[in-house]
Amino acid sequence: MPEINPLLGSYSELFMLLTAGTYAVAFFAFAWDVATSGRVAQLDAARLAGQKAAAQTAGAQGAVATAVVADPGLTYVGTRKAARVGVALSILGLALHAAGVVTRGIAAGRVPWGNMYEFCTTGAFLVVAVFLAVLIRRDLRFLGIFVLGLATVMMVAAAVAFWTPVGHLVPALQSYWLIIHVSIAVLSSALFTLTFSLGVLQLIQGRREARIAAGEAERSGFMRIVPSSLTLETLSYRINTIAFVGWTLTVMFGAIWAEKAWGRFWGWDTKEVWSFVIWVVYAAYLHARATRGWNGARAAWLSIVGYLCVIFNFTIVNMYFSGLHSYSGL
Amino acid sequence: MSEKNTSPTEPAPAARGKQSQRGDVALPALGVLGMLRWAWTQLTSMKTALFLLLLLAVAAVPGSLFPQRPANPAVVTQYLKDHPDYGPVLDTLQMFDVYSSAWFSAVYLLLFISLIGCIIPRAIAHWRQWRSQPPRTPARLSRLSEYGTLVVPAEKRLGAAHAAEQAAAVLKRRGYRVDLRPGDAPNAFSSVGAEKGYLKELGNLCFHAGLVGVLVSVAIGGLFGYSGQRTLVEGETFVNTLVGYDTFTPGTNFQSSSLSPYSLQLDRFEVRYDRESVKQFGQPLDFTGYLTTTDSPDAEPRQRILKVNDPVMIGGTSVYLVGNGYAPVVTVRGGDGQIAYQGPIPSIPTDAVYTSTIVIKAPDARPTQLGFVGFFLPTSVEGKDGVAFSADPDPLNVQLNLNSYVGDLGLDAGTPQNVYALDIAKLTQVNGRDKPAGGIVLGAGESYTLPDGQGSISFDGLKRFVALDIHHNPGQLGALAFSVFSLMGLVISLFLSRRRLWVRVGQHEDGRTMVEYGLLARGEDYGLAAEGRAVRAALAEAWGLPAGPEQTPSAGQGTAADATPTTSTPTHKDA
Ligand code: HEM
Repeated sequence: MPEINPLLGSYSELFMLLTAGTYAVAFFAFAWDVATSGRVAQLDAARLAGQKAAAQTAGAQGAVATAVVADPGLTYVGTRKAARVGVALSILGLALHAAGVVTRGIAAGRVPWGNMYEFCTTGAFLVVAVFLAVLIRRDLRFLGIFVLGLATVMMVAAAVAFWTPVGHLVPALQSYWLIIHVSIAVLSSALFTLTFSLGVLQLIQGRREARIAAGEAERSGFMRIVPSSLTLETLSYRINTIAFVGWTLTVMFGAIWAEKAWGRFWGWDTKEVWSFVIWVVYAAYLHARATRGWNGARAAWLSIVGYLCVIFNFTIVNMYFSGLHSYSGL
Repeated sequence: MSEKNTSPTEPAPAARGKQSQRGDVALPALGVLGMLRWAWTQLTSMKTALFLLLLLAVAAVPGSLFPQRPANPAVVTQYLKDHPDYGPVLDTLQMFDVYSSAWFSAVYLLLFISLIGCIIPRAIAHWRQWRSQPPRTPARLSRLSEYGTLVVPAEKRLGAAHAAEQAAAVLKRRGYRVDLRPGDAPNAFSSVGAEKGYLKELGNLCFHAGLVGVLVSVAIGGLFGYSGQRTLVEGETFVNTLVGYDTFTPGTNFQSSSLSPYSLQLDRFEVRYDRESVKQFGQPLDFTGYLTTTDSPDAEPRQRILKVNDPVMIGGTSVYLVGNGYAPVVTVRGGDGQIAYQGPIPSIPTDAVYTSTIVIKAPDARPTQLGFVGFFLPTSVEGKDGVAFSADPDPLNVQLNLNSYVGDLGLDAGTPQNVYALDIAKLTQVNGRDKPAGGIVLGAGESYTLPDGQGSISFDGLKRFVALDIHHNPGQLGALAFSVFSLMGLVISLFLSRRRLWVRVGQHEDGRTMVEYGLLARGEDYGLAAEGRAVRAALAEAWGLPAGPEQTPSAGQGTAADATPTTSTPTHKDA
């Protein structure tokens, strides 16, 4: 068993703090973007309304100009300076974060996901990494405020509530199944974090669309940079399918590991119960998408409920429920 | 959401058929058979499946809120004692046996009946589709979500019939099932119907069928499996017979003849603790048991290693290392000086530094039986209050702290007794901190003689013991195989796309060959546009057309329909 390197461990923690700070600033950049882009969109709308009054042809153009802000294909159009700053800061934060995660792993001489501090820091890393990876192809910068906000919360929670110094794993965790089972669980949870954000936006956007359709005035400019609720729904379905397969693997690998460690592959331990509940809720979500009257907002609610179960499973179940999975390190 | 209802996420035909059918029989004035059919249709509808899934999720939750009998019977008993008011109510509601309760079983059985009722008609429908040709070419391809046109110049002398053949070949290479539909007149339209992704529905069916397989396997495990526990001290041998177990839980259909008579001996057990980390100093790092096993009474013995995450498979069972502790070796002599007990006694660790409780019974001691209760401390340190405690899990300064009792141990009546507890009802205490004789404190190799020559005890050595769980689950392999099967079906179902494609070709009177094609997705499909581009490029390549920049074609830009001049009445003879 390799030796613990506490010095490297403290460097890792320093990197994590820097990361949290950078993410927080990135969050504010995205928030600024959301606030100002909405205003730009409103100015556009006002200008277009003016044009419309001047020339009669502006009707069709008006629709086009609004679409420029929120493109249904999620391609990049126009420039949003604050959003660029947000992305740049997120990349910087991710680099610091990578340094933090890697040094943590080296310091402990094992994979850096063995207790809640590490689940949280490595999980936040994956959330931001997946987000930035998707940004390469698609303009999802409107999600930045959610993603970076959640990542900041996770980093702060890790440092404040779940802090654990670098250490070895207890025998029950010393298994290659830890590497497989937990990494997929953390990755799926990261994807669920994205679909949760998309689901919330979808509901808000759906309401706004309904209001507009009913001829009411728009209240805020914010949702203008967000694509239509249908686009959001499609995207979140796509990510959810991947995450669902990931969660299925998590449960299956967990069962195999439980069989190795405890002699039964399923025993309704609290953690197993909640993993099962999460799986069933997302299965219901996938079903709902194919059930008449249940796609759209109702499916989004199921996706949100699924994510709340994920959070519950991670926080409350780890900390307050007793069971065989008491490895939180707290 | 209006767009959605038109194309994506249409449920599989059977499921959909059901929904409309249900509408037809909404008012069941249909007699018993009609009622039954109505109930069956209800049960196997998509909405019911969704509802039952959500119900299953909710029904599983109480099992994490209340202690469960199968896992923690003692905790349940304690809970009932602590909450005499509502505890029994919860018990009546089966809140302590959630996963075998009537209501939980009802939910999942209904779900699985619904599932089977769903799979079978869908499988039949899919079987039919599998054997049939792609559907007929729609009259107006330009209505499809992905649509495009190509024009082959006259000098290529392609001709409609030939073009259709080549298009069919191209599509076949791209994995489509194709049906060539030549026009009946030399100049009439030819078309190609193509479809691919039949595997998607098959994957979905396999996924759902696999779930049934998992459930059945789990049930088989519950019927024919067994499990048991045994503590084994270094040097001892366990033989897989009913008497070899300390506790034994048979499955519903267990027969003792299904135990295979293997044996395993614990030669040595090694433990390593963390000596580097500050916060986790003294945490265990590694447990290793060295075993000698024989598969049957006359088989060759083998050396094997047992670790925490690494069970030993033998005789159809898996042997797990679930606990360990110290077994001090003691010799107890009666008042007559004869050895009444000699050997290791497993002690039960109560904390991370192995402060362990120990009970020693010597029913053979004469003239009176002897019993001892106390603590074993691997590294004994005296606290400020004069009470010794253990400071480390390693045996650095071993010590036994015992109270002694003489009298009737109550073992002779033949009623089974817990070996880890002493019934002091008919015993008289001799040693103890509050007794004149004081407590017994024994270091390694020391011995103590009880007052008035009532006997003696000596602490001769130390061994370790392991707690073993032994399981036999015949459903396990099936559950694994079906889950993997199910998972593969899921992946295929989620990530393959079912696509239909049609190409229509006509000959313009000026000699150009006009081609139009359209694609249709069944269900959710993100790659449809990309597939459209790829098909276009493949066709263009086949006909040697410039793979130039893609212009998004809009209806009426040189479609095959524009080729109508050659055949004044376009006849869409596509079957
Ligand atoms: C044990 C209970 C069930 C579970 C866990 C489950 C889970 C799932 C999941 C995860 C999917 C999406 C993946 C895929 O398309 O293959 C799905 C799809 C589907 N399920 Fe189930 N299901 C269950 C029971 C049922 C029942 C009872 C029905 C019949 C009413 C049914 C009908 C369908 C259909 C038609 C689809 C395809 C939806 C589409 O076209 O996207 N399922 N199911």
